[in-house]
Amino acid sequence: MSETLKIVNSENVLAKIKEGERLDGRTLNDYRNIEIKVNNIKSADGSSWVKLGNTEVVCGIKFVIGVPYPDSPDEGNMSFNLELTGLSSPEFNTGPPQIDALEYGRVADRAIRHADAIDFKELAIVPGEKVFTMFIDCYAINADGNLIDATEIAALVAIMNAKIPKLDENNVIIYGEYDKKINLKTFPLSFTFEKIEDKIVLDATEIEEYTSSTRFSLGVYKNNILSCHKSKGGIFTADEINYMIDIATSKYDEFAKVIKNAIKE
Amino acid sequence: MSERIDGRKNDELRPIKIKLGVVKSADGSCYLEWGKNTVVATVHGPRPIFPKHLADAEKSVIDYRYRMAPFSVSDRKSPVPAKRDKEISLVSGNALESVILIEKFPNTVIDIDAMILSADAGTRVAALTAATLACADAGLPMRGLVSAVSAGRANGNHILDLTKEEEDIDDAVDTAIAVLMPQKEIVLLQMDGFIEKDEWKKIIGMGIAGAEKIYDLQKKALLEKYPVEGDINE
Repeated sequence: MSETLKIVNSENVLAKIKEGERLDGRTLNDYRNIEIKVNNIKSADGSSWVKLGNTEVVCGIKFVIGVPYPDSPDEGNMSFNLELTGLSSPEFNTGPPQIDALEYGRVADRAIRHADAIDFKELAIVPGEKVFTMFIDCYAINADGNLIDATEIAALVAIMNAKIPKLDENNVIIYGEYDKKINLKTFPLSFTFEKIEDKIVLDATEIEEYTSSTRFSLGVYKNNILSCHKSKGGIFTADEINYMIDIATSKYDEFAKVIKNAIKE
Repeated sequence: MSERIDGRKNDELRPIKIKLGVVKSADGSCYLEWGKNTVVATVHGPRPIFPKHLADAEKSVIDYRYRMAPFSVSDRKSPVPAKRDKEISLVSGNALESVILIEKFPNTVIDIDAMILSADAGTRVAALTAATLACADAGLPMRGLVSAVSAGRANGNHILDLTKEEEDIDDAVDTAIAVLMPQKEIVLLQMDGFIEKDEWKKIIGMGIAGAEKIYDLQKKALLEKYPVEGDINE
């Protein structure tokens, strides 16, 4: 979106939000329509393509053999990365990693990491010596707001559908042959809110993000909070934080169902 | 109710020592000892920004750098900033952005450096508490002070200001919170863990109450260097 259009549309967002409405007709706590395709990237050990409104994120998983961390010798590990390249938005530049990509990726990563979703012991090969590192690489294909949640969903669904490669007798990966699926024990979801004037909206579009003063992301599993992250300048009151905690946890069941139903091979 | 490892009460802070104006070449600076954490924070600016295309015609740009010294933790840490350091720098800079009146200094940069010399959990809040005071020491116009603290859970207890030892307990949840005082507005909030939502709301409340204690210590440190007569709350 050009800068001129942004300024004009931003005024429209503000005019609508005063009435408690949004430009695209959603209520303040509605998610956009979601479509999910899995494992359509055959070269990856697991993959997903998530469309959240016009925001699109693709995620691919690759297992690589590495050494365990000294403090968890019998556990594999995961490495999470998000790239926002010039491909997905005029806002992003191709080149060294941008700070936004680092931040969004880490927020999505933390929601999954702290959910006790993955049994990393399943990724051990020779405890203390050889383990699998699960590389989760996400790319924004089109950026229209709420890249954090779209990235989190893409990564989660890709992990759900990933298969661990088979090993030969020397513990070397046999390409194209698989052993078993990752067993997800929980289903963590990310809920990101933006504050526009004194209103708080869920799943903001690009123009809503442009208009908002501040942002808050929560990692949620059922009634539990897994991670949180306030970003951008601006302030929240304690009441606003409590309100967002309540909205996210009350929306969890419904949204988890929507996501699971949206998954298509 | 089990005792805390270092014998503190659940809502008790570790000993905190603050000294302003420790770095003479900086426009503002602060040295902070917080339990076994030690931090030096400096402020340079507002000053011209380079390269020029980074300038903002409406406000000053805040460049906050949180860094940990290689010798600050048990295993040597590479001095190259990790993803974690960059993220903390970003959110801490964001927190100060809504507090410093940056619109008064267009086309400039305010460089804020917070160096952790020794670490024992809660370094991001210690750094931000010190950096705020360095900003005040530099004479920057501000809407208030950022008072930051961590609050969380360990061994089933809700506790303020966790140490590394407490953070490593199995059920530990750690929340970093920074509050703009005296307005009590939240400018930074980060958490990792697995905790029921109502329990976590209580911990946030505990953090805000803890931030008020930090605010009192910050005011005391400022008054030590800049004595004023009469009511300081004006």
